[in-house]
Amino acid sequence: MDKTKNIVPILRIKNLKKSFGDNHVLNGFTLELYEGENLVLMGKSGSGKSVMIRCLVGLMQPDEGSLEIMGKDISKLAQKEFNELRTELGFLFQGSALYDSMTVRENLEFPMRQQNKTEEESLKLVLEALDSVGLREALDLMPEELSGGMKRRIALARAIILKPKIIIYDEPTTGLDPITSKEIIQLMRNIQQNYKTSSLIITHDVDCARVISNRMILLIDGINYAEGTFEELSANKDGKIQAFFK
Amino acid sequence: MKTVQIGNNLKSFFTEIGKLSFFAGRFFKEVFTRPFEFKELLRQCYNMGNRSLFLVGITGFILGLVFTLQSRPTLMEFGAQSWMPSMVSISIIREIGPVIIALICAGKISSGIGAELGSMRVTEQIDAMEVSGTNPFKYLVVTRIMAAILMIPLLIIFGDAIALFGSALVENLKGDVSFQLYFNKVFDAIEFSDILPATVKSFFFGFAIGLVGSFKGYNCTKGTVGVGEASNSAVVYTSMLLFIIDFIAVFVTDIFFEL
Repeated sequence: MDKTKNIVPILRIKNLKKSFGDNHVLNGFTLELYEGENLVLMGKSGSGKSVMIRCLVGLMQPDEGSLEIMGKDISKLAQKEFNELRTELGFLFQGSALYDSMTVRENLEFPMRQQNKTEEESLKLVLEALDSVGLREALDLMPEELSGGMKRRIALARAIILKPKIIIYDEPTTGLDPITSKEIIQLMRNIQQNYKTSSLIITHDVDCARVISNRMILLIDGINYAEGTFEELSANKDGKIQAFFK
Repeated sequence: MKTVQIGNNLKSFFTEIGKLSFFAGRFFKEVFTRPFEFKELLRQCYNMGNRSLFLVGITGFILGLVFTLQSRPTLMEFGAQSWMPSMVSISIIREIGPVIIALICAGKISSGIGAELGSMRVTEQIDAMEVSGTNPFKYLVVTRIMAAILMIPLLIIFGDAIALFGSALVENLKGDVSFQLYFNKVFDAIEFSDILPATVKSFFFGFAIGLVGSFKGYNCTKGTVGVGEASNSAVVYTSMLLFIIDFIAVFVTDIFFEL
């Protein structure tokens, strides 16, 4: 992916710092995601991965550093502009975060609320997204009627409904059995190919990282400790790096 | 040691009051700005109104029944049982009906809002709404507070009517007073100054029920334990607030209508 270094990153995090009291979670974390790239971020539990993505999508304010999405510094955007920019981001939450009180269709229509789409247009997009994850028959089901894997797929369909340029996956395979995990990973690859998205994937799952990543960053002690392809990092002799691949 | 603890408790109490005031301020800011969530507002009105109707009806009926049964012997002692309809109607419409029904709604609606929003918070559903570019405060909080403001007065009117029916039933069975005579006496006794303050304060009751439930749920933390706490404290804080509002309402009514 060295050729990507010549182009402007679609997402850039620079010198990000965030502390909770004396606990310094992020100590100058830096990341660049390029168009069409699948970047995997790995780190131990509590290493600040979730804090980083919460800062990135505006759910948390960083103490220091800059966050740029498609060349726009999010700290300088008005709320309305930031909300518009958010439609270019798809987000797959670790626990799926489907709205309990809504059907699958309503869940998928929810991100389109500000888009002034007709009912036919909305339904077309919903069905298209459901087809992408192979769950068209779940259209009128409630989240409680779905299995864990189905919920994750519906959440994935919701993340891509607005055809975002960037998708952020927070632990996409956590809590799933190996077969369902493989299905989800395959879906992520299909989506990346069909929708031409760039993906930032946060995971503990080495198999997921091996299959899907173009490039990896290891987050240790609040900084990007190591960076490279899966093969480069897995061959590295550093004990801290090897701990991820054992 | 105790002084420090009292100081800390006072500090956290006033911090909570400050946060609640800020939350209420945000509600007033967002309620008048577009887009308006009419569909969700209607859904919340239906949930709060329709689903509380049976509980409020039963409570009102028993309230009227018991109140009349308990008051009868005393009034009879003074040969004043003919005052029963006016005494019961004024007591229920002015004070007992709104307060009891608001407390019942605090238990059902406010805790329900606290638990629902709390579980949405801990399962990241509110975060998901925010990330999708929707304003969750407007969609979840404004609609619930508005629905409570609109529905609580209607539930109170309904509960009052059922309470008066319960009272009329007792008078009919025990005192051979016809329903027509009972309600004629009720309408003779009730004045504008009885209905207006009670109706106005019921809107404030609705605001308190919606506000505190939403505040506790929306700011819920600490996982599933936090959801329970949000639901529980929503009832406690709302009940306290209802009595404070009632005290202020009686005080203000006294100034304007000389009770």
